[in-house]
Order: sequence, then structure tokens, then C-alpha cells
Amino acid sequence: MKRTRNILVVAVFLLVVLVGVPWLIEATGRLDLYYTLTSVALLSIASAGVWVTFYIGRINIGQGAFALMGGYVSAILVVQYGVSFWLTLPLAGLFCAAASVLIGLPILRLRGVYFAMVTLVLTEVARLLALALPITNGAKGMVSIPLPGGISIFGLTILPDFAALPNPRPAFYLVSVVLMALCFAALYRLVHSRIGKLCQSLQQNEELASSIGVNIAYLRVIAYAFSSFLGGLGGAMFVAISQSIYPSSFTVTDSVNFMLNCFLGGLGHVFGPMIGTFVLYFGWDFLFETGEFQLLIFSSVLIALMLFLPNGLLSLRLFGKKQG
Amino acid sequence: MTELLQIKAVNKRFGGLVAVNNVSFAVREREILSVIGPNGAGKSTLFKLISSFLNPTSGEVLFREERISGLAPHIVARKGVVRTFQETTIFKGMTVRDNVIIAHHLRSNASLAGFYLGTNTARRDEDEFGRSADEIIDFLDLGTQRHEIASTLPHGHLRALGIAIGLATNPTVLLLDEPFAGMNHDETVRAVEMVRGVRKRGVTVLLVEHDMPAVMNISDRIVVLNFGVKIAEGTPKEIQENEKVIEAYLGVEDETIGF
Ligand SMILES: Nc1ncnc2c1ncn2[C@@H]1O[C@H](COP(=O)(O)OP(=O)(O)OP(=O)(O)O)[C@@H](O)[C@H]1O
Ligand SMILES: [Mg+2]
Repeated sequence: MKRTRNILVVAVFLLVVLVGVPWLIEATGRLDLYYTLTSVALLSIASAGVWVTFYIGRINIGQGAFALMGGYVSAILVVQYGVSFWLTLPLAGLFCAAASVLIGLPILRLRGVYFAMVTLVLTEVARLLALALPITNGAKGMVSIPLPGGISIFGLTILPDFAALPNPRPAFYLVSVVLMALCFAALYRLVHSRIGKLCQSLQQNEELASSIGVNIAYLRVIAYAFSSFLGGLGGAMFVAISQSIYPSSFTVTDSVNFMLNCFLGGLGHVFGPMIGTFVLYFGWDFLFETGEFQLLIFSSVLIALMLFLPNGLLSLRLFGKKQG
Repeated sequence: MTELLQIKAVNKRFGGLVAVNNVSFAVREREILSVIGPNGAGKSTLFKLISSFLNPTSGEVLFREERISGLAPHIVARKGVVRTFQETTIFKGMTVRDNVIIAHHLRSNASLAGFYLGTNTARRDEDEFGRSADEIIDFLDLGTQRHEIASTLPHGHLRALGIAIGLATNPTVLLLDEPFAGMNHDETVRAVEMVRGVRKRGVTVLLVEHDMPAVMNISDRIVVLNFGVKIAEGTPKEIQENEKVIEAYLGVEDETIGF
């Protein structure tokens, strides 16, 4: 019963984003929306990573570091080693996951504001590293990164050569949305398996969790690695679209935004980061008209939302359900 | 008589303070042993040393002749020495049933990956945990609260849930830190029966408790700490008559402890 409902919801969602949205865009001629929606999809992947660290009770303001890292790993592999972009995508994620294991082992012992502070610093460290390392080409960054090539298996084209397309934007949109759907499916499964319950046990009481035999250090690292994997994935895809990366491509502001996306959407809901990213991104753009007041109005609305909807936008739906 | 746990000349210093001072005693299989003493005597610290949440400054704890001091707490829990906490500790945001189910973690046969993928082993584990959790919940009379969020339970039930979580790990030794604290008379009577029931399941129980009538009623033996030092060990009757104990509790000799 619940299963059929879930399948139905997923089918409708995919139909809307893969067919409905492109059709609307073509019909209205708002081609710029392809880029905007692609950004939302990719940012929500990175935000989903942050959500995972929230899920084990850690405030993560360092996802920008892994987005940047993933971006550079992919760019370097593509430009200097001629690796196919589609291969660098998972490699970037895995590289970030491995790096986050090394970083996470010491810092995941910290909690609360201490962990948050260290992760904030991490974003800045990543930027400085990108400036200093020879392989990242310093402040000049890496530009004119070639577009992803095609993939075909047994002569069957799965993905076209993006460089050969008249406009790669729709193709990027479709790929990004599919990637987002896959990431959120993986996250959904995580949360609804026993691992989700274990993560919750960490969030609520680490001491008790360890006294019932949960290897808390291991679980924390696994969750953080998954989180950083998503950050790297999002970052790498972004770089492929903009065909360039600079040390300032992902900054502290981005790290903060990833976190805000989770807050706004709701920490108690798997799809919170997706909704949060969508609303935040479009909200910001929408307020562009207000000129110099943009930031002021934006921040005020955010504060109000957090005060009145502390459990995020998705709690609205639950609230309605309870009343009904 | 088999000695399940041996506490051997254990010391714990916090800076200048000696919280546990050269304490030795043994715990026998399937007994209920209480550790009593005035506030700050070092009882909770001793429990943390036994469950390996703290490392002793010197000395060691043996479980079935094997040294467990210095191991990570989750490893010690895996071996069968499990502690509940002085403060009511439960997973506040989960339902009663989920609390007890998650506490079965130690018994899982499936790996994390197995649980993620939903393998047959994982599914068997889930079924088994659910069944066992329901049994423990009924055993501790929490049946009507099964699906309630733990933080909404009244105090007495919270304590029971704490014990249920401990039981779910299938411990050999269960360390209960003040399980009757904050309970009224009736709740305590019920809880004492509960602890007896736990022992009947084959579990060895170590208890820290201030409720003297309950301690005297339930314990096979009692260890008394004062300022980190063990000042007495014996049956409830022996302890009640022990001069040093009476002195420690009241500072005066000619009054009774009030049990
Ligand atoms: N982590 C710590 N750091 C410093 N001192 C500590 C620490 N834990 C306990 N102590 C001190 O050690 C002594 C023993 O504390 P403990 O909690 O073991 O006492 P207790 O017998 O359990 O007391 P109560 O009956 O009040 O629970 C106290 O003086 C306490 O202040
Ligand atoms: Mg204590």
C-alpha cells in the first residue's frame, strides 16, 4: 500500500522534472531556467550531504570544502590526465569521501559549536590550499575545461557527446536531475534502513548508543564520508557545467547556504534539503527586484521562517495532516 | 562459586581528587550486588570503570578472567558488560519500541551494508529484534506505551525503559545506576520485582542505589564505598550491623541508618 504510493509519487516526480519542466521551458522560451534548475539540483545534492551530518547530530558548515575538492579532482583528471568526465564524477566523490575519513577521525569527536567551527575553517583551508597548490593553478583557476564526452555501450548511445550538442544546457539539466534523484533515493534508503535508526541514536545520545554496543566512531565516519561524497559529486558536476573552477568557486557563503537549505527544508525530512535549496535559490532570485534591500528582506524572511517553522517547510504538510 | 567480574585494586584520579581508591571485589555469576555509599563516594565512577567508559589510573577489571579495562565501551558491551545511566537515558525522540529495537544492535548478524541493502539476514534480524523487543516490553509492563515517543513517558516508565534497553542487549552483567531514583513507593516495589525478574533471566545485576529498604530487600551482597574507599562488603544483614558503615552514613555512631 505504502509501497505503491511511494512508487507513484516517484513516477509523478520524475515525469514532472524530466518531461513536464523541459516542455514548459521550451513552450515559454525561458531557456535560462535550465541553468537555474540545474544549479538547484546540484546544490541540493551537496545539501543532502550536510543533512546527513545533521542526522548524526553534527552541524556541518564545511560542505563547500568538499564541493571545491570534488570540483578540482574532476577538473584535474579531465584536463591533465584526459580521463572521461563521467568516470571522474564518482572518483571525485570517492576522493572526497576518503579525505573526509582522514579529516573526520579527529574532528568528529567534537560536538556542537566546536565541530561547526572546525568545519567552517575547513572551507577556508580548502580555498587557501587551492590557491597554494601547483596542481590547481592558483588564483588563475582552471578554465576552458572540455565538456563531457559521450558514453555508449555496445554501440548504444547512453549519453551524447556534450560538445557536439547545439546547446548542452538541457542535457546538463536532465543529467543533474537524474543524479539528484539517485542521490536522494540512496539517502531515503539509508534513513529508512536500520542505519537511519542508528544515526538517530547517535544524534540523541551518543553515550547510550555506545553502551548498547554501537561503534559510534565508525558510524560517524561512515556518515561523514557519505556526506562528503555527495559534496564532491555536486561540486564535480558543477565544474563540468561552468567549464571552469577557481579557489573561490565554493566559499564559506556556500557552506553556510548548504546548511541553511537543510534548516529551511526541515531536518526531520529526507527531502528537506531539496525543498530548502529550491526555495532558497528562487527566493533569493525573486528578491533581486528589490535591489539594495535584497539581503535585508531575504535574511528577515529566513529568520522569521526559522522562528515560526523550526522544523522546516516540510513540517507544514505534517501539520496539515495531523489537523485533518 | 564462579567469579564473573573481578575488580582488582582499581584507582581513578581526577586531578588531585581520588574518586575511586584501591577498590577490589568480585562479582559472582547471577547475583545481585549493590554498591552503596554517600553522595560523591565514587559509585558512578566505579560503574564507568567497570563498563570501560573510563580507564582506571591503575588497577584493572577482569571479565571471565580477561582484562576489559582499556577496551572501547562498545567492545565491552559486546562481551556482555552493559551499563545503564544514573540520569534517565533513553533515546528521547524515538518510540518505546524503537528504543528497545535499536538496543538489539549487538545481536545483529547482518552488517551495515546488509541492512542497507535489505538482505535476507538483515530481514531475519529485524523480525527477530521486533519479536524480542515486544517480549521485553511486555515483561517490563510497557505494553500500553509501545508506540509512544519516549520523552512523553512518566518517570517510572522511563526507568523501566532504561532497563528494557539494557536487557535488549542480552547482557551477562547489567549495571544499573540508581534505577529507583525518583520513584514513589509503589513504583519502587514494582521495579524491585523487575530487577529480580531480570536476574531470573540469568543476568548478573550490579546496582547503585540510595533507596536503602530496596537495596536491603533485593541484594545478595553489598559493597560500601566512602570517599572512594571500600569500607565494607557483605550480606545486607552484615552491612546493617557494620559500625564503619553506620558511621559513614551518619557521622555519628549511636543512630541507625534508617533501613
Ligand atoms: N569527570 C570527572 N572529573 C572530575 N571529577 C569527577 C568526574 N566524575 C566524578 N568526579 C568526582 O568524583 C567523585 C565521585 O563521583 P561519583 O559520580 O562517582 O559519585 P557517586 O558516588 O556516584 O555520587 P552520587 O551518589 O551523588 O551519584 C565526586 O567528588 C565527583 O565530583
Ligand atoms: Mg552517581
